Amino acid sequence: MSAATPSAQGRPDRRQFDLLCLSVAVALAPHLERLPLWLGPPLLVLVALRAWLRRRAAFAVSSWLRVPLAGLLLLLVIVEYGNVFGRAPGAALACGLLALKLLETESIRDARVVVGFSAFVLMSALLFNQALTTTLLLCAALIVPLAALVVLQPTVARQPRPLTTAFRVGGTLVLAGLPAALAAFVLIPRLSAPLWGSPGWDEQARIGLNDSMQPGSMTDLLVDDTPAMRVYFDGGPPAPAQQYFRAIVLWDFDGATWTRGDTRAYLRPEPVEDARLIHDYRVVIEPTRRHWVPALDVPLEAPEQTRLGSDHTIASFAPIAQPREFALRSATRYRLATELTSAERTRALGYPAAFNPRTIALAEQWRREGLDESAIVRTALALFNAGFTYTLTPPLLGRHSIDEFLFETRAGYCEHFSSAFVFLMRASGIPARVVTGYQGGWWNPIGDYLLVRHSDAHAWAEVWQTGRGWVRVDPTAAVSPQRVEQGASAANRGGDWFGAGFLRDLRNQFDSVNRLWTTAVIQFNALRQSQMLGRFGIRDLTPEHLLALLTGAIVVLLLVATVWALRGTRGPRRGDRLDAAWERLRRRLARHGVPVSPQQGPLDFAAAVHRRSAQADAAFDALVARYIALRYGAAEPTAEQVRAFGREVRKFRVPSAVQ
Amino acid sequence: MAGGIARFAPLRARLVALAERKLPALTRLRRAEPLPITLDRRRIYVVPTGYGVVFALLTAVMLTGALNYGNNPALLLTCLLGGACFVSVFIGFRGLSGLRLAQVRAGEAHAGSDVAVELVFAPGRRDRLALRVVAEPAEVAFAAERGREAVAVLALPARERGWFRPGRVRIVTTFPLGMFVIWSWVHPDVSVLIYPRPEPDAPPLPHGGEREGVPRAGEAEDDPAGLRDYRDHDPPRRIAWRASVRHERLLAREHERQAGLALVLDYDALHGLGHEDRISRLTAWVLQASAGREAFVLVLPGQSFGPAIGAAHRADCLRALALLPTA
Repeated sequence: MSAATPSAQGRPDRRQFDLLCLSVAVALAPHLERLPLWLGPPLLVLVALRAWLRRRAAFAVSSWLRVPLAGLLLLLVIVEYGNVFGRAPGAALACGLLALKLLETESIRDARVVVGFSAFVLMSALLFNQALTTTLLLCAALIVPLAALVVLQPTVARQPRPLTTAFRVGGTLVLAGLPAALAAFVLIPRLSAPLWGSPGWDEQARIGLNDSMQPGSMTDLLVDDTPAMRVYFDGGPPAPAQQYFRAIVLWDFDGATWTRGDTRAYLRPEPVEDARLIHDYRVVIEPTRRHWVPALDVPLEAPEQTRLGSDHTIASFAPIAQPREFALRSATRYRLATELTSAERTRALGYPAAFNPRTIALAEQWRREGLDESAIVRTALALFNAGFTYTLTPPLLGRHSIDEFLFETRAGYCEHFSSAFVFLMRASGIPARVVTGYQGGWWNPIGDYLLVRHSDAHAWAEVWQTGRGWVRVDPTAAVSPQRVEQGASAANRGGDWFGAGFLRDLRNQFDSVNRLWTTAVIQFNALRQSQMLGRFGIRDLTPEHLLALLTGAIVVLLLVATVWALRGTRGPRRGDRLDAAWERLRRRLARHGVPVSPQQGPLDFAAAVHRRSAQADAAFDALVARYIALRYGAAEPTAEQVRAFGREVRKFRVPSAVQ
Repeated sequence: MAGGIARFAPLRARLVALAERKLPALTRLRRAEPLPITLDRRRIYVVPTGYGVVFALLTAVMLTGALNYGNNPALLLTCLLGGACFVSVFIGFRGLSGLRLAQVRAGEAHAGSDVAVELVFAPGRRDRLALRVVAEPAEVAFAAERGREAVAVLALPARERGWFRPGRVRIVTTFPLGMFVIWSWVHPDVSVLIYPRPEPDAPPLPHGGEREGVPRAGEAEDDPAGLRDYRDHDPPRRIAWRASVRHERLLAREHERQAGLALVLDYDALHGLGHEDRISRLTAWVLQASAGREAFVLVLPGQSFGPAIGAAHRADCLRALALLPTA
């Protein structure tokens, strides 16, 4: 290879700069889906433009352009987010500054700074999206900044295939660093409380069930196929028709929207009698940034860090910002609140009289006909069953939404049905309330758990019957029984003509992997850490223990890496072993006073021994002769010969005459 | 950043001096050693670079952020990055370990100019990228492909004529990520001959008066010492026809222009010049005469070269001039 001037202080050449731009683009790419439109695409265009212009001429963009751009960026971020602190504005600012830094980069040193910064931006993307695929992609993308650093080293860019070389070295580094990375990941002490901010929900939209309901409010949820929670039953799962997960009970209706109303007045949980068919199970909830913990039917007690509401729904004290797990116990046969207080009765019967006159008239007609409670319920369900259709794309409704739904459009989904049904009940004088939550799910036989997606969100009704308390009535089941029997995907399926079933199965299998990811990685917290190490007999894990373990692991890895790094520097060739044995012999005799020197050949050495003692024995002469034959003989000595020589040297006794 | 480093340069120099005084392992390598020199773990040093320290801080910030948000995927990514940097030391170390400095050569150089010192490295069974050789103030980057010799050419300033020792040379690499600087000192026991500085505008060659207009061809032909057997590629004008007839075989003249015998470059004839100035002028003349393919005699105090012509003669003369004792 030819030599040339070092480029440590020099300017990046074309290849180096191209890889630098790629590194920046890779860091920006995962932010695009989240960045506002005025920022994301322009940044990518800026990077591409810079790469393209740089190919024509090496120049740093003037600070007359850069400084105003940076100011504009700061201003726009403040306008968009309100401040510059926190995750989203911080990440937006970092993305912008990274691209701007690229504009002025014209030295190798600056280029290195850009690479470091792009690794930071790459990592910050994971603060917003922790999915398995995202993480794997971003970890793989780490090779790009590493390769950029490699190509910034002198002479690498002049190699015959510099990019291949750089990426190969980058990949090697990531793979070789994997053991150290995993050891650190497992052993780094986790914080029990955040140092700053309220991680997880500061400025992000909340997802999942809303605490109010109006027809159409669930549309987004019902087409959202992401997992909402996974349920592990200690015994078998209940039958699909029993898989009602109650999250929110809605009491108050203002003619358009159902709300929870004032819940503080009813802190005492409604009494449960005759609880049977008890299920013990665990629920792992995906982050919703809300408080609800959907629980199977009627949960009997609240797990830690949660509160059992008066209507037997469970709310977490803190919003669920990370995947969280709750151990729960529920009954699916019970009598809930056989006595109603007058206040509860009033709430459960209230409706605004100014809306939906036709519905109110129908209810009054039923009452006049002298139907009893169960007859009214049956009649209402029969009404739904007769001429209603289940659809996720119902016609829009106007002011008298329930009138229009019941008598005109006659198409809708759970929200419409439950809302209209509860209204009908109340108008007929039967206490009723709307319950939202999830119904059904997909049973994963591999993982033995029930996967509940957001699309499994559901709304149903509970009516209060004398002596039986609150009883669940699902008007949707009257219209679309398969919604309840087979789950949302069955009810929403328009037809299987393009093999969607196959895709769905595939996706369901993939959920096992996602579940593993959630439990093994995303939820790996201080508790899991101590559970895992507890299996190795380490109790009462403290951060000090962890740091000690981490140090130990790093020392072990250092040793392994050192052995690897030293390997091959002094290849243990056979000749060297031969010399080592010979050297042993020389040292032993030297200890007995034989003068040795580095330039002494074997014959000189033998002569020195003989000079010291005229009667050095024949065994010694034989050893010398053997060494000369092996070392200087025409044939390369075999490994066996060398070993035999070593054994002879070991057996050799220094003659007494020499001593 | 550069300014900051420059500010610490004197401090750094003092620290290095202190380290070399106090640490025998560093000073041991200041002694010259015979070639070949193989770099091994006992003489390879590793220290994080400024960039490495900054990057470590950045990783710490990333780690804190990931821990604060309880975000394990981000933590995993940070750990991967840290792990890659961690192993980069070892990859960098392997780039130096086992590298052999096989040979040191030098081109022709005159005092006052740069001498190109070629360090010939044997990389062994590994590719070694992004190596640098530093001998203040010269620095050069090179790469070695496995099994092939690599040559790094250092342009060192040659100040004085005579034997020049390139001295201690640092072989350094920051491969692969630039986060650790890995280096080794080598002090090969080699000397390079620096020829004297030729006088810039030397007067013309001092051709003796008898040379003017007198053709000298044939004069030396009678000298049997100047003849040898004709070889295939000798030009016909070299054939010594008369002698060939006498010896009944083709003979050629050893030197083409034995006629220039009269050109005598005599140290003692240069009156009115100092010792070094005389050497400078003689050097300039030797170069001129050799370039003009003229035979000449160089007479120095106590020794004389020639009459002869050709590269060997030139080298002998320049060498003698270079090694003249200083006044």
